Amino acid sequence: MSLMTSDAPETAILDLPADRVKIAIRNLDFFYGQKRALHGVSVGFARNAVTALIGPSGCGKSTLLRTLNRMYSLYPGQKATGEVLLDGDDVLGGRVDLSALRARVGMVFQKPTPFPMSIFDNVAYGVRLYERLPRAELAGRVEESLRRAALWDEVKDKLKESGLSLSGGQQQRLVVARAIAVKPEVLLLDEPASALDPISTARLEETIAELKTDYTVVIVTHNMAQAARLSDHTGFMYLGHLVEFGETDQVFTSPVTTRARDYITGRFG
Amino acid sequence: MSRTYAPRLSRRLGNAAFLVFACAATAVALIALFAILWALVKQGVEGLNLQVFTQSTPAPGSEGGLLNAILGSIMMSTLGLAGAVFVGVLAGTWLSEYSRNSAYGRVVRFVNDVLLSAPSILIGLFIYGIMVAPMKGFSGYAGAAALGLIAAPVITRTTEDVLRLQPISLREASVALGAPVWRTILQVIWRSAKAGMLTGALLAFARISGETAPLLFTALNNQFLSLDMSKPTANLPVVIFQFALSAYDDWRRLAWAGALLIAAAVLTVTVIARILAREPKRS
Repeated sequence: MSLMTSDAPETAILDLPADRVKIAIRNLDFFYGQKRALHGVSVGFARNAVTALIGPSGCGKSTLLRTLNRMYSLYPGQKATGEVLLDGDDVLGGRVDLSALRARVGMVFQKPTPFPMSIFDNVAYGVRLYERLPRAELAGRVEESLRRAALWDEVKDKLKESGLSLSGGQQQRLVVARAIAVKPEVLLLDEPASALDPISTARLEETIAELKTDYTVVIVTHNMAQAARLSDHTGFMYLGHLVEFGETDQVFTSPVTTRARDYITGRFG
Repeated sequence: MSRTYAPRLSRRLGNAAFLVFACAATAVALIALFAILWALVKQGVEGLNLQVFTQSTPAPGSEGGLLNAILGSIMMSTLGLAGAVFVGVLAGTWLSEYSRNSAYGRVVRFVNDVLLSAPSILIGLFIYGIMVAPMKGFSGYAGAAALGLIAAPVITRTTEDVLRLQPISLREASVALGAPVWRTILQVIWRSAKAGMLTGALLAFARISGETAPLLFTALNNQFLSLDMSKPTANLPVVIFQFALSAYDDWRRLAWAGALLIAAAVLTVTVIARILAREPKRS
């Protein structure tokens, strides 16, 4: 663990061994037009682990997440500088094939976003973009994805019905199934449970916990208990800085920085 | 003891006065509407019979119907609408998805709004200038072009409006799966906005089905049944215009019948559009 001090706030960032790092971020700055939203973030996200990002609203958690799959590139005026490497491959460069990158780095959003098509087609949507599978194989992939998202038993008899007919919690698990059907390497979750009731949240958490065996998961959450339950590593962000990053147990039981300690003990935020 | 505050007298008077004005204005509008409908139904039903749908427009004093005009109107409106849907849907998509905040997009949007409110007689004259005069003849195609030119800005506008209503999260969700933007639009955004886009097309159809001025300059009229749109083509609005001003009772009866037919068609299409627009999203 290295303690750094500069003009930036006091920080404590755990350096993971290089062979465990799936996504390596170095000196990442992010700009919404003139407004700077990330200040020199450097961190590594471990493979086959869940990393949680916590911090008050507007601290840059979602922004950080959206740089990892270049979501921001949809919007002129938003730009990132620095370095993001996915298994050593440059993510931020101008020549990156964004569609291919996003197929490797899946994302689930705060609000469920089922497409206006059948449950089956929802899950098959991403698969059909990249693979021409025979019908039976595609059906197998859809079933496997729905099973992993813990939704199969609830929808197996109505795969032809609209994805919009499902409840909010089911829709969110449908979206997770859709994301993993593409077989990404990384799964980014942007407050995936904030629109769900406690029971749906619990089911989604089980799904996420199970997913880390195959995926690198990065989750943004406002729910501290959820971060503590789910994640292996936790990063605390504040005003665009990554203030503290470490093993989840350590961050929650004995945070090093004052800011993280105040936030986690509920003194602010 | 609880105190209740009665509104002050001035406030109650103001409220009552406003209510009276609003109700009166509504009544005036409704009375006008029902007077028109009543006249239309009363006079139109009289002229309505099977012949109207089976025979073409007659010479004065002989038997006849509106078959040629009905067919001509359907052909020109359909062809015009098809062209307008093609242009309007793509232009509306471009405005909503590709040029939301660009200066060029704002200019196009403004020009489209101007076109939207352009007098239809101007559009008729324009098509006369670029199609009828050079080709030396009135034609159904020119009529369809004029109607299409009236419908296209309506469809452009409604398409842009309904596409803008689609949540950003839906676009991001598709893009996040690795889908290119064009595919996201085709497979997710259009599909999600389907009902609204269809409503816009139907309303544009309702708008052009009664247009007379642009057809006077373009399709003119045709006394005979003809499916050849390269020749002058009969249509309901122009037939109504001619027959209603004529001195012959049977012609005037046919004009009323034709007017009733258009009104019924517009009503039907509008009701369908309403039903589609109300189609519940979650079902």
